[in-house]
Amino acid sequence: MSPFFIITAVVTLLGAAFAMSLRNLVHCALAMAVAFSGIAALYLQLDAQFVGFAEILVYVGAIAILIVFAILLTRSGEAPEKSVLTSGWMAGIAVSAMVFTMLGWAVLNSSAIPKGTPPAPVATVKNVGDALMTKFVLPLEIIGLVLTAAMIGAVIIALKEEKK
Amino acid sequence: MFEKLDQIFVTTLHWLVGFLPAALQPVVSTLICIAFVMSVFPGVFAITTVLERKILGRIQNRYGPNRVGIPFTKIRLCGFGQFIPDGIKSLTKEDIVPRAADKVVHFLAPVVMLIPVLLSYAVLPFGKNMTITDYDAGLLFFFAVGGAVEVSVFMAGWSSRNKYSLLGAMRAIAQMVSYEIPLILSAVTVVMVVGSLNLSEIVKHQNNYTFGIAHWHLFTPWGLVGFILFFIASLAESNRTPFDLPEAESEIIAGYFTEYSGFKFALFFLGEYLGMFAIIGLGITLFLGGWTSPVSFLTWIPSYIWFLSKLMAIVFVFIWIRGTLPRLRMDQLMNFAWKFMLPLALINILVAGIWHYMAADWQRWLVCSLIIFGAYAILGRGLMQNQNFGKRIYRYAE
Repeated sequence: MSPFFIITAVVTLLGAAFAMSLRNLVHCALAMAVAFSGIAALYLQLDAQFVGFAEILVYVGAIAILIVFAILLTRSGEAPEKSVLTSGWMAGIAVSAMVFTMLGWAVLNSSAIPKGTPPAPVATVKNVGDALMTKFVLPLEIIGLVLTAAMIGAVIIALKEEKK
Repeated sequence: MFEKLDQIFVTTLHWLVGFLPAALQPVVSTLICIAFVMSVFPGVFAITTVLERKILGRIQNRYGPNRVGIPFTKIRLCGFGQFIPDGIKSLTKEDIVPRAADKVVHFLAPVVMLIPVLLSYAVLPFGKNMTITDYDAGLLFFFAVGGAVEVSVFMAGWSSRNKYSLLGAMRAIAQMVSYEIPLILSAVTVVMVVGSLNLSEIVKHQNNYTFGIAHWHLFTPWGLVGFILFFIASLAESNRTPFDLPEAESEIIAGYFTEYSGFKFALFFLGEYLGMFAIIGLGITLFLGGWTSPVSFLTWIPSYIWFLSKLMAIVFVFIWIRGTLPRLRMDQLMNFAWKFMLPLALINILVAGIWHYMAADWQRWLVCSLIIFGAYAILGRGLMQNQNFGKRIYRYAE
């Protein structure tokens, strides 16, 4: 493990932990933006440039902003008095640890996953673009259509009702 | 000889690094490149602040700063020493943090603003062989780090606990999100025609000459429209007049940095101007041929001088626009982005595709120009519909 990996991993995990545990929701959203940037840095270390930059562009630039706007528009800025952690957090950690072990066991013993490390594929941005425009053009179009439908729906909800 | 002058910075860097052991070389050369960016562009910023005040003064029939020159001498330099006392003043002023402010976020906001802006200089080709990191996806990197600026604007506006700050931040984010779309879509045309996201490749593609005139993307129908769209969107992205609603003094004091003073205010100021230079630099790289010369008989002038002079020329146009145009209203701003620039940018992508696949003769000029002109006319008429452009009726001021 290189020191760069350790630094980005620690930053990502700390960001995610703060996003769960801080009291002020806006602080949580900002901590989540830190976690997103950490994940993007991890992608970049794996030489997945397209995914890394798209992660920053979409998650930090758009989704984090969307979340803070949603928080600001829906509730007042005051932080809650009592602790954010519920009383059953010990049980929650136990359950999540059990689920993680079981999933990990299932993944490691699965026959669908080839054993050993496969050779690293060359995933340049050009290859990703070629694949999106040839092999995966139909899924891309369908996602585009779904997103457009969602956007039109949002506009219709936000439209002023015309008085009759 | 001119070739050597052109490459003087590159050869100096290699010569300097050559003295070190091989293990240290990459680190030291990176540090030297960082020092280059950190010294040259804040220097350009310092000169630009004085230049802006002087040009605005000329436009408004006054002198602007013309006293301060070199300290402790009688040399005035037409007032171009003004940035030194300005800088010292802002660095030594008291740093006031509002009592109700969110201290940590308030402190971090200017830092989060400046870092992505400085990062975006990493992929710009300042001259021949003078790109700091030649990323394959350089253009994507530029837009990705630009996205983090919006987070910093929100942090500044929200943490100040001031209604003007929050209003300014809301306006700034709405504006940045809206104008980022035409900005990116107008850059997509260049990527389609060149076939690469690498900024050095994009410049190389424009470095050919026919009849002594360069193949800049500006000199094609889609390139002209793309450049104009990019130019307007970059005005809005850098919060310049006529799109300076986020910091409209007459309405919301100073927008998201109302509660900042001293050094932090200076950082915001610096970040804003460096962001402006970076986005102008990208526009030059995409449409104005980067470091190439416009005519073949001037290719002997060093490439970095071409880049810097193009940069300063566009900065001058920005200042000129600031001195000329009034501020838009919020609904006009949004209408313009979504109902005019976005459709025109999409049609421009179509035109770039047609341009790419048609044979290179006069017919494609005709077809592409006709499509663009038709789209412009129809969209412009659509934008003007249901708007009363008659005599303005004042409700309260009479």
